[in-house]
Amino acid sequence: MIKNFVTLLPVALFALCAAGALEAEELGDTDAGQKVFKKCTGCHQVGSGAVDKIGPHLNGVFGSGAAEHEGYRYSKSMARAGADGLIWTAETLDAYLENPRALVSKTRMNFRGLKKAEDRANVLAYLRTFSDDPSDIPEAEPTAIAIDHDLDPAILALEGDPEYGEYLASECLTCHQSDGTADGIPSITLWEPEDFVIAMHAYKRKLRPHPVMQMLAGRLNDEEIAALAAYFKTLEE
Amino acid sequence: MTINRRHFLGTSAAAAAALAAPMVKADGHGKPRVVVVGGGAGGATAARYIAKDSKGEIDVTLIEPSRMYYTCFFSNLYLGGFKEIEDIGHSYGTLASGGVNVVHDWAIGVDRDAKTVSLAGGATIAYDKLILSPGIDFVEGAVEGWDISSQNAMPHAYKAGSQSELLKAQLMAMPEGGTFAMVAPPNPYRCPPGPYERVSMVAHFLKNNNPTAKIIVADPKPKFSKMALFQEGWADNYEGMVDWIGADFGGDSVSVDQNAMTVTIDGEVNNVDVCNVIPAMKAGRIAELAGVTDGHWAPVNAIDMSTKADPDVYVLGDSSQQGDMPKSGFSANSQAKVCANAVRGALTGSKVFPAKFSNTCWSLIDTDNGVKVGATYEATDEKIAKVDGFISATGESAELRKATYEESEGWYTGITTDMFG
Ligand SMILES: Cc1cc2nc3c(=O)[nH]c(=O)nc-3n(C[C@H](O)[C@H](O)[C@H](O)COP(=O)(O)OP(=O)(O)OC[C@H]3O[C@@H](n4cnc5c(N)ncnc54)[C@H](O)[C@@H]3O)c2cc1C
Repeated sequence: MIKNFVTLLPVALFALCAAGALEAEELGDTDAGQKVFKKCTGCHQVGSGAVDKIGPHLNGVFGSGAAEHEGYRYSKSMARAGADGLIWTAETLDAYLENPRALVSKTRMNFRGLKKAEDRANVLAYLRTFSDDPSDIPEAEPTAIAIDHDLDPAILALEGDPEYGEYLASECLTCHQSDGTADGIPSITLWEPEDFVIAMHAYKRKLRPHPVMQMLAGRLNDEEIAALAAYFKTLEE
Repeated sequence: MTINRRHFLGTSAAAAAALAAPMVKADGHGKPRVVVVGGGAGGATAARYIAKDSKGEIDVTLIEPSRMYYTCFFSNLYLGGFKEIEDIGHSYGTLASGGVNVVHDWAIGVDRDAKTVSLAGGATIAYDKLILSPGIDFVEGAVEGWDISSQNAMPHAYKAGSQSELLKAQLMAMPEGGTFAMVAPPNPYRCPPGPYERVSMVAHFLKNNNPTAKIIVADPKPKFSKMALFQEGWADNYEGMVDWIGADFGGDSVSVDQNAMTVTIDGEVNNVDVCNVIPAMKAGRIAELAGVTDGHWAPVNAIDMSTKADPDVYVLGDSSQQGDMPKSGFSANSQAKVCANAVRGALTGSKVFPAKFSNTCWSLIDTDNGVKVGATYEATDEKIAKVDGFISATGESAELRKATYEESEGWYTGITTDMFG
């Protein structure tokens, strides 16, 4: 066992370095990103002397865990994502910037998201310059080019069958309480169906951390997720 | 409605009747009747869901001798001092007001031809569909020197309530530097991580109250559930306190003497102060009396939890032999919902959706140090088969372990609300 590990290590490191360097280049344009970042400066600072404002400062955000930055008061949702193991990589940041609530349901970041993949790639390239460069630290989370995480509008448009949803929901209700009480396990009642669908697909794609939810969402198909969303919505009435 | 081929072949008379009239609509006796035996994780859930979802179309009777159900889940946390006994007790009041006819009595016999259940109190109750979820009983003669009458001296505490209180009292009365022994059960048994979570909770209690005390575990198995996680936890938190003796080291050769208070492991006699004997298990006795067991357990069809022996008798939870799911409260609750959906469909023609099962078992190792293991399952022709799973990793951060523990507390509230309303 140990012997194998030692011989494998240099190869693994090399592979990581190579991937890191390559993908870092494929992030966007830093100058363009600086312009995009103007949308963020109402709440966030970055660069030397940056401090926490309405939002936390963003120095060193790449490779850090969600809600890890000390001294800033994060939402409960963000703290939970951090405890569950959400790490800010190019991929997770990209998904978060595209639609903050898809990744962190009740984030305080009151921002609709950057819908253009290019804008996200650029702003991430810009922010990247204020984090350690992964090509210098092989064990850092590799960066990746921006990909589209947005759900196919056809999936969002699916009309769920609330009766099927009620049956499927019985699986959720072993842990989540239908009256919306949340201690230790978050509430899932009274969500907007769209938020529900987006969040479940984020688990299915393993963008949101949490092994139980990734596993359960992983075996639900698009219709089943729509059915659940439709059912939980009806609990309101 | 689809006719299950296995049932068709198995009991042609019943299937022929079903073909003629696919719904077992009450023939001349008003509403269709479901009788559930056992108000635990499987039975309470099934009764509640059938009553709730059929909105009065089905008569649901739950037979359960106890007025208070003490959950085995979290009973180890009671031993460790994290919960009070009241925290794990639940009454049946809300179920009754939710439309379930709760009868506090023992079921002592099932006549499958007449379709009736007889009760210790003398009554006989007729059913169209019978659901048995009686939990476990112990295999006689499984541990040399122990029989059910020994439970007052050497408690199993594997049915919660007075047994848990007795074990806790014995733990508290241990002399300084004394020895707590556990005889662990062979597979399959309820709650695979249960004995090892118990070792952790006993160790937690002793660390704070009797730090020179020791724990020995004689185990007939060479390895156990979440073994790496527990062993890491014992080494980190209870260094030198726990001596686990697996099958490879003689843990499978054990006898006990309740008068001398000794445990003999592989020929070596140990004087002990507390001895927690958890014998080999089998289906609750009523399943055997109903004639639906084969060996120690009741084989069932994965699509709806109906028994292989009788399509109108279902077995849930620990008593069932279903395939890959561990015997847990979470599993019993999950199976109950699939069964409730199928039974309601058969009796009222409501839509029957495909079976989906899941399980997650949390265990507490020390304060704010929780771990979990879980999986999803599907129904195949042969069994309930595992689809996908996960387990906590060794070396996880303290925040993650704390979040996992908090999650287990949320789950406890969730599942008990789901069972009892
Ligand atoms: C120490 C310990 C810790 C555990 N921890 C967990 C955990 O963390 N998570 C988890 O998911 N599971 C856990 N379990 C397992 C869980 O308790 C069982 O798997 C679960 O209770 C099984 O449900 P059941 O419906 O089959 O049986 P039970 O819940 O035991 O219910 C059976 C009921 O049937 C009644 N009954 C029996 N015979 C008759 C009769 N003839 N007539 C009428 N009524 C009858 C009994 O009184 C009882 O109320 C644990 C178990 C133990 C022992």
